[in-house]
Amino acid sequence: MNILVCISKVPDTTSKISFTDGNSKFDTNGVQWIVNPSDEWYALVRALELKEAGGGNVTIITVGNAEDDAVIRKALAIGADDAVRINSDAKDSYYVAAQIAEYAKTKSFDLIITGNQTIDYNNAEVGGMIAELIGWDYVTPCNKLDVTGNTCKIESEVGGATRVLEATTPLVISAAKGMAEARIPNMRGIMAARTKPIAVVEPAAISPQIKINVFELPPAKAGVKMIDPENMDELVKLLHTEAKVI
Amino acid sequence: MYVDKFQFHDYYLVDELLTEEHKLIRETVRNWVKKDVSPIIEDYAQRSEFPNQIIQGLADVGAFGPYIPQEYGGAGLDQISYGIIMMELERGDSGIRSTASVQSSLVMYPIYTFGTEAQKKKYLPQLATGKMMGCFGLTEPNHGSDPSSMITNIKDMGDHYILNGSKMWISNAPFADIAVVWAKDEEGKIRGLVVERGDPGFTTPETHSKWSLRASATGELVFNNVKVPKENIFPDVKGLKGPLSCLNSARYGISWGAIGAALDCYDTALRYSKERIQFGKPIGSFQLQQKKLAEMITEITKAQLLTWRLGVLKNENRATPAQISMAKRNNVNMALQIAREARQILGAMGITGDYSIMRHMMNLESVITYEGTHDVHLLITGMDVTGISAFS
Repeated sequence: MNILVCISKVPDTTSKISFTDGNSKFDTNGVQWIVNPSDEWYALVRALELKEAGGGNVTIITVGNAEDDAVIRKALAIGADDAVRINSDAKDSYYVAAQIAEYAKTKSFDLIITGNQTIDYNNAEVGGMIAELIGWDYVTPCNKLDVTGNTCKIESEVGGATRVLEATTPLVISAAKGMAEARIPNMRGIMAARTKPIAVVEPAAISPQIKINVFELPPAKAGVKMIDPENMDELVKLLHTEAKVI
Repeated sequence: MYVDKFQFHDYYLVDELLTEEHKLIRETVRNWVKKDVSPIIEDYAQRSEFPNQIIQGLADVGAFGPYIPQEYGGAGLDQISYGIIMMELERGDSGIRSTASVQSSLVMYPIYTFGTEAQKKKYLPQLATGKMMGCFGLTEPNHGSDPSSMITNIKDMGDHYILNGSKMWISNAPFADIAVVWAKDEEGKIRGLVVERGDPGFTTPETHSKWSLRASATGELVFNNVKVPKENIFPDVKGLKGPLSCLNSARYGISWGAIGAALDCYDTALRYSKERIQFGKPIGSFQLQQKKLAEMITEITKAQLLTWRLGVLKNENRATPAQISMAKRNNVNMALQIAREARQILGAMGITGDYSIMRHMMNLESVITYEGTHDVHLLITGMDVTGISAFS
């Protein structure tokens, strides 16, 4: 089975978030980048498990510029066979999905796996858009995936219940918690990643659909207000007038 | 379950001096330490037991002979990568780093540097994968800082050697499969040879009741008319330069490792100082606590720059033994002082096994003594700058 795994670079969760250009652009200065956790922990690792069990090839793809090669190398160190970088900034979800779809159309993948959402913009859009653009079925979220021949048995946790379904390849799925256990790359993997190919592909002529006007940080958390346990009237009043929860 | 909350500190953006591969190696080892070492290490240290189950993990993350070429089973990495691995391991525990240091710098390094092709092929791939563990015998009960006076000796019996003597304070000795042993030949010249567990007359009694490196196995090597095949001797190295070149490699790794212990203590104390409320405020808001924390990060930053530069010199094969002595001495002392100050910031909590600080502090009392004592390294610097030996 030939699997295409879509990965994104995202800021490490300890990064300080700030903006430039009149609060219209994310300030990347000093930001530590990581592979988006659900892309790495669930999508990539499950793809590798499927390959290890049944053979095939795992290709990773990202839309990004040369500095993204660091996160690509990490994914290669974990075990992907090869990598594709669409040589462009990731402008918005549609732009990314369309670039990946354009690339995937020219190849013969059986399965395209994305993480269910990135931890930066949390849009959870790319997988569905890829499926639509190349005309494949799409299943989200996938918490468990088993493949027999061209049949995928998938479990999705939806609204507190589990939905079990079958779909046939070619297929796009979004991987969520439960698909696999995170893998730490070993030294052999890091050494092997040195020589694995990264194909740099120029982007297709696609226009982004979204223009960001302004970012706003959430208001700073207010301090905790301590109320005397004997003063229940005050507590009720504040819950009503300030917290507005009763 | 214990959660390792450690966050790295890089005040001078030293990361910009590293390659992406260096950072990937660091992340890999750190994640492994958080997953497989931090949750169990306190318990093993309290029980004074080496966690055997981590040997495979150490091999997988490349901690055994990372700079040994790939053809002999190593990873073929540079010296900065080796340092980074040691730093991340010692961030977990000095005893774990010691196990990897010994295997890499004191066993694999001499076999690779002084061994015959047959010795390299026989031992190095097995040592790199952790299938075989090694130890290093130089120090003797009566000869520590003065190894040239050693009495362990070999006699040439024609088709083999007979080895007699004993070695003390040997990390990994209780479980090691092989020992790289330094002994005097009949001309009084120091020679290196590989002794295998199971050789008749070779025993490795364990050293008990340590208050330091409790999660690392330490023991003696006792040789009572041990018959060693001639093919087990390093053919061309004679004199102290053999063992001292191994110690240079190990000391270099320790200079990085100590930063890991210091970072763990600093990170713990910094977090605690912001959470612990006294007099209605976090204790981190008081000047005396800030002084401690500010001095800690200053000293850590200086040590980070020192080791990075030393790593560059070592990559270029230009690092001198005296430069390595300076870094080992400075960084281990720095880490020990930080452990003591960090313990004070945590108050009584600092003495408990709920935090890593006291374990680091006790470990560092060994690290400041082994691989050349704090005082001896100062004399090496003194000799280097004056040209006059103060050793005797």
